[in-house]
Amino acid sequence: MNITEKLLARAAGRDEVKPGEFVNCALDLVLANDITAPIAIDEFYNMGATAVFDPKKVALVCDHSTPNRNIDAAAQTKKVREFARAMGIPNYWEADQGGIEHIILPDKGLVLPGDVVIGADSHTCTYGALGAFSTGVGSTDAGAGMALGECWFRVPETIEVIYTGKLQPWVSGKDLILKLIGEIGVAGARYRALEFKGEVIESLEMAGRFTICNMAIEAGAKNGVVAPDEITLKWIEGRSQREPVVFASDADAQYCRTVEIDCNVLEPQVAFPHLPENTKGISEVGDVPIDQVVIGACTNGRLEDLREAAKVLEGRHVAEGIRCIVIPGSHAIHLEATREGLVERFLEAGCLVSTPTCGPCLGMHMGVLAEGERAIATTNRNFVGRMGHPQSEVYLASPAVAAASAIAGKIAGPED
Amino acid sequence: MKATGTAHKYGDHIDTDAIIAARYLSTTDPIELAAHCMQDIDAGFVERMEPGDIMVAGENFGCGSSREHAPIAIKAAGVSAVIAANFARIFYRNALNIGLPIIESPEAAAAINTGDEVTVDTEAGTIVDHTTGQEFRFQPLDGIAAELVEAGGLVPMVKEKLAARK
Repeated sequence: MNITEKLLARAAGRDEVKPGEFVNCALDLVLANDITAPIAIDEFYNMGATAVFDPKKVALVCDHSTPNRNIDAAAQTKKVREFARAMGIPNYWEADQGGIEHIILPDKGLVLPGDVVIGADSHTCTYGALGAFSTGVGSTDAGAGMALGECWFRVPETIEVIYTGKLQPWVSGKDLILKLIGEIGVAGARYRALEFKGEVIESLEMAGRFTICNMAIEAGAKNGVVAPDEITLKWIEGRSQREPVVFASDADAQYCRTVEIDCNVLEPQVAFPHLPENTKGISEVGDVPIDQVVIGACTNGRLEDLREAAKVLEGRHVAEGIRCIVIPGSHAIHLEATREGLVERFLEAGCLVSTPTCGPCLGMHMGVLAEGERAIATTNRNFVGRMGHPQSEVYLASPAVAAASAIAGKIAGPED
Repeated sequence: MKATGTAHKYGDHIDTDAIIAARYLSTTDPIELAAHCMQDIDAGFVERMEPGDIMVAGENFGCGSSREHAPIAIKAAGVSAVIAANFARIFYRNALNIGLPIIESPEAAAAINTGDEVTVDTEAGTIVDHTTGQEFRFQPLDGIAAELVEAGGLVPMVKEKLAARK
């Protein structure tokens, strides 16, 4: 079996599973956010549930509209907060304990290798970077998960993605996943698992692995996964009292497809509007003036991402008229970035530094685009209207490319 | 389920931001959500459509965000069924969970045009395009998907499970 099959088999109490089979899995964590939890809570009660299956295995994160963008959003977060209190859910955080869901849950040690996780947010696939099976669901599935502690899945076929060679300067996890989506398309892994491997992945730090798995959904995948190794185990050290369960794919594991990407010739990637599959190498971008830059999100809001952006911005200034918004992924990251001097560097370079939020990524608040405006962002989606007006445009790239573009006032690589 | 209505056709990779933009997600009221259904890619949809109409799309319908507000908006707008070449997986689950009829038929999705009068019969597994006279057969749901439809969605199914545990 491959890792995804082993993870699902264990959670289903089975020795073996095969692609296409339906399994009922015990859940290690159920997540919902301020957009999806309100419906999950309503359906939870409509199901006749009175208590969550295990308060420690439920996490409710208010991050999309926070700090509350308007009265309706405030009512939604209030509803989530009151539910968390009523159910005795410890994994609900305010202010300095909070941040973007897919950044803080791993940081707080709530996901470990071996876990099976569902979240009412499509980027729940992020945690596959830890060697967990983790997938996005809707609110009703999350409500059922909170009530029952289990969820049904169809065991997916798996595509293995092998990254060979050596990463070139300024090429990061974001470029690795954008390149793949460009190759296989936004439906290329629909209903399937993506297993990321190869020498480049083996030497990639966790931040890069999280970014890659975060965007597995942008290829349509059910989940993305990286085999846990020394880097994983070192990263989770001291984060949890629980023991990780480490799986590796067998030598004779089955894959429905193998994709190889040669990183010796991989340059920074940019995804053009309006699909993440519209990727080009930075050298082929041409002249694309921008109005706004967003550096952050569950994709690239980690400390490593901020360091990468700060390195590019050091001693430079954002081009006149460009709004460059930097959003640390959590309060803890914001504090550490301040201690390291990164925040000062951003401010000196003319960037705005925001409190943690998903805000602009989905056009919710904190950087919404007007008609005809264009942004480059380290976020994960560039659909029509994603960051604001339906006639605005979003280009996706790494923190290094986003920072370089802020300086140039148009899309540019860190070498430019 | 048998329904007849006018077809409204869209292309491939219709994402859930297009179905219901995030700026409208500070509510869970189906009627409010329905008022903005498809707004960013087809501003006139809500005004044009009649209750019972049928949505038709290409590949990977409902990709992107897991927001259940998307199938809720479509259902509350009065759409009786969505026919697509295929669906993104979270949307597929969500639609079954909330009882929005969805049909995978690449042939029908390709052949039906906007404005055609279409009848969908999920028991018989047929789609009839009365405007062109074409008929399409599709594989009825099986496994857990069929059980979900039979139960009337995930809520009643879980309700029964919870009651049995007591």
